[in-house]
Amino acid sequence: MKRFVSLTVNGRRYELAVAPNRTLLELLREDLGLTGTKHGCGEGDCGACAVLLDGTPVNSCLVLALEAEGREVTTIEGVARGSELDPLQQAFVEHGAVQCGYCTPGMILVGKAHLAARPRTTAGEVRRAISGNLCRCTGYQKIVEAILACGERPEEGGR
Amino acid sequence: MSGYAFIGGRGARLDAPEKVSGRATYTDDLTRPGMLLGALLQSPLAHARIKRLDASRAAALPGVAAVLTWENAPHTRFGVSPARHDETVLCHDKVRYIGDELAAVAAVDRVTALEAVSLIEVEYEPLPPLLDVEAALAPGAPQIHEDYQGNLCAQVEQAFGDLEAARASAYLVRTDRLSNKMQSGAFLEPQCALAEVDLRGRLTLTSSTQSPHYVARTVAMVLGLPEHQVRVVMPRVGGGFGPKAAASSLELCTCLLAQLTGRPVKTLFTREQVFLHARARHQFFHTMTTGVDREGRLLFLDHEAILDGGAYASFGIATAYYAGSLLGAPYRLPAMRFRSRRVVTNKPACGAQRGHGGVIARALFETQLDRFAEELGLDPIELRLRNVMEEGERSCNDLAMSSLGMRECLEAVRDRSSWKLRKARPGGGRGVGAACGFFVSGAGYPIYRSRTFHCTVVTRVDESGSGVEVQSGAAEIGQGCDTMLATITAEVLGLPLDRIRVRSGDTDLGLDLGAYSSRTTLMTGHAAREAAEAVREAIVAVLAAALGVAPGAIAFRDGRVLVEGAEAAALEAIRTEYRREHRGWSGLPEGGPLTFAEAARLAFLERGTIVGTGKYRPPPLGGSFKGAAVGTSPAYGCSAQIAEVAVDLETGQVKVERVTAAHDCGQAINRTQVEGQMHGCVSMGLGEALMEEVVFDGQGRVANPSLADYRIPTALDMPEIETIIVESHEPNGPFGAKEVGEGGIMPTIPAVLNAIYNATGVMIEELPASPERILAALRARRAREPG
Ligand code: FES
Ligand code: FES
Repeated sequence: MKRFVSLTVNGRRYELAVAPNRTLLELLREDLGLTGTKHGCGEGDCGACAVLLDGTPVNSCLVLALEAEGREVTTIEGVARGSELDPLQQAFVEHGAVQCGYCTPGMILVGKAHLAARPRTTAGEVRRAISGNLCRCTGYQKIVEAILACGERPEEGGR
Repeated sequence: MSGYAFIGGRGARLDAPEKVSGRATYTDDLTRPGMLLGALLQSPLAHARIKRLDASRAAALPGVAAVLTWENAPHTRFGVSPARHDETVLCHDKVRYIGDELAAVAAVDRVTALEAVSLIEVEYEPLPPLLDVEAALAPGAPQIHEDYQGNLCAQVEQAFGDLEAARASAYLVRTDRLSNKMQSGAFLEPQCALAEVDLRGRLTLTSSTQSPHYVARTVAMVLGLPEHQVRVVMPRVGGGFGPKAAASSLELCTCLLAQLTGRPVKTLFTREQVFLHARARHQFFHTMTTGVDREGRLLFLDHEAILDGGAYASFGIATAYYAGSLLGAPYRLPAMRFRSRRVVTNKPACGAQRGHGGVIARALFETQLDRFAEELGLDPIELRLRNVMEEGERSCNDLAMSSLGMRECLEAVRDRSSWKLRKARPGGGRGVGAACGFFVSGAGYPIYRSRTFHCTVVTRVDESGSGVEVQSGAAEIGQGCDTMLATITAEVLGLPLDRIRVRSGDTDLGLDLGAYSSRTTLMTGHAAREAAEAVREAIVAVLAAALGVAPGAIAFRDGRVLVEGAEAAALEAIRTEYRREHRGWSGLPEGGPLTFAEAARLAFLERGTIVGTGKYRPPPLGGSFKGAAVGTSPAYGCSAQIAEVAVDLETGQVKVERVTAAHDCGQAINRTQVEGQMHGCVSMGLGEALMEEVVFDGQGRVANPSLADYRIPTALDMPEIETIIVESHEPNGPFGAKEVGEGGIMPTIPAVLNAIYNATGVMIEELPASPERILAALRARRAREPG
């Protein structure tokens, strides 16, 4: 039996009928066509599906669509302003923090949430913040550098 | 420095903006009108005869569009090596591992497809599963494949130099062992395939593959289609690392379901299925007997390897050869014997993974070097420096060192790490370890026997003259080859990167063997250079004729075409014509030399579309012995790393605190990307050294098929890595470039193992060096040395 859920995604309100076992990840990818959120495991282990729920990172494969009722979701598609990249996205481009790109949307959202909470951050804090987001390609170093570069006062070396 | 405008720079990846904004599309992001979803029925038993398979209830389920079983699937055998075609799309008489494909379903949605799969009835006669090499090699063991007598899928024997004489003259000889556990590629994107057939019967398969060409050949062969009726496209791919290089039943079933239904079909692996399908790193058992003289110079290596290959051959024949041949360098080794056996077992098939075949062998060899250094009282780096080859030398197994910055790599990591603070006496819980690595820069031969070029590139100038498109079949899986192709094209044409578009990963665009054996920069880079040069020559010829100058008077730089000694009036005529064509436009060229667009437009007006083509095939390479084709390469990358570790002697926990890595990639095409490959290599190597292990239960089932239970390094596990790019000039590479994508993993495991030894005095003989294994080794050592 489908149920109604209303939520805001990237500033836009949606009302949809969804099956109770539908995940937020499925809602975003399949119902809204927002395929920037990636599916890496479906089990909460990789972070590729991370989105912000009221500003807080969650693995959308573990969140039921119905749980998003009345809440605000930010996906990677909501980060840039039109075709102008967000500074953190730009930093990922410039620092070479992207390889295959599959972990990238989740990394950027988690990075943004971390910087919002800790603008003056350290490499160690950044590593902790993204430790639930797996990346098989980059060894994380350039991702950490990109996030630090967007901090208020990037501090070197603090781990 | 290099004098290049683009090569050796740090240009941003072409695909980075789309990837950071979530617009990049991967296979599972695609949908088609009327698309069906596929699902596979996979064997729950590791070894069994199939008595009966009844799919009638599945076929009758509402919403099911097609069911594929042995009855209606092609029976053609396929595989990676033509000499070992041992797979079929679906199983018929037997299943050989948990995950072997039995049937496939296409239905209106995933839930229905999965339900249909659950309705297929199979009756099995269980056979004893052979779950390790001992069981498979035991006399009287059941045969997993009829063709593999004694469950041996490949047997390799190679010998070079006078081993016995070397053994007799050796000052020190030692025998050591090392084995690992089967690994997972653990790429973040699970395999996905989308197939569609057009109204002329042409099949397009969109797949997260790393070799569209091999997949297209396999699809055409198995489905019995003429080659022009098959197109394989890869959209963005979320990592591959080897396991995505072989055509799979996932891809073939999806194609067949699309043919059966006439509708697009998409099938996606779950993460568990990624583990079941595997085709990742083998389990290796290496034994090496090695001898050195009094000064620590290597005299011989007698090496035996057993590979647990799992149920099918996949890339495993090449694996069995690489495991031996890659030890021929970078050290002078006068005599080497290598014997290996690849054994089939009832586990998922193993194949190629970053550092194909050579990683565990290299790890053992490099730890042996440290033991020799210790016995001789030599610094381990000094011992290595005494043995490294130089440019121009040839190994005993005929690998030619056309460039080799091995010495430079070793000296660089020695000088830029804490090596000088390293204590020679092991113990104390902190340690520093060094190791070297060596890898091919592209396989010298294709997988199938052929004189084929290994890649082609077509570079086409827009008719407007304003932009350039590079078309290639190369496989961009995240390693950055699109950007490499653009950079080389930019350099040749003196044209900024933003004027160049790259289309790749599509068999309609050209032939390319794919992303494996660290081949793309050297090979496809060559072809891109040739194609761009052909474009340049065509423009030069037209311009030289129009201006009455010698071709040598024309140069391409900064988006301009500089002509020496041309008459101003003749130049002005070209510009006037260009401006007249663009009446009403803004930003037209004014003053200064001709723009690329003006010159290229003129070339089009004179000659029609300007297209340059390029190709590459390695020159004849050394070695006429059996198996020489695996290991010979037009060039070789080499590397050195130093790992600094802290080992908790109470818990056995290893923390890698710092890695200093140097890699000789020849001329770097893009320094940021070279570093990125080096980081990725170290990260995969650390995972393999310390934590990665596919665990099987007593029935042959993967016991940890998730990214929670199969641990790969997180940001917290990774140390700071200092990367040092060593640039030799590789004469066989485009602009002197060679590989970095795989070779960089080679030193990581042994550097960590040597550091662990330095910290604890224990040698690890089974990977990964988990806390349990370290503690066990410490305990064993204490038991041996009372007091
Ligand atoms: S897909 Fe959600 S955590 Fe992996
Ligand atoms: S860039 Fe490939 S997984 Fe992170």
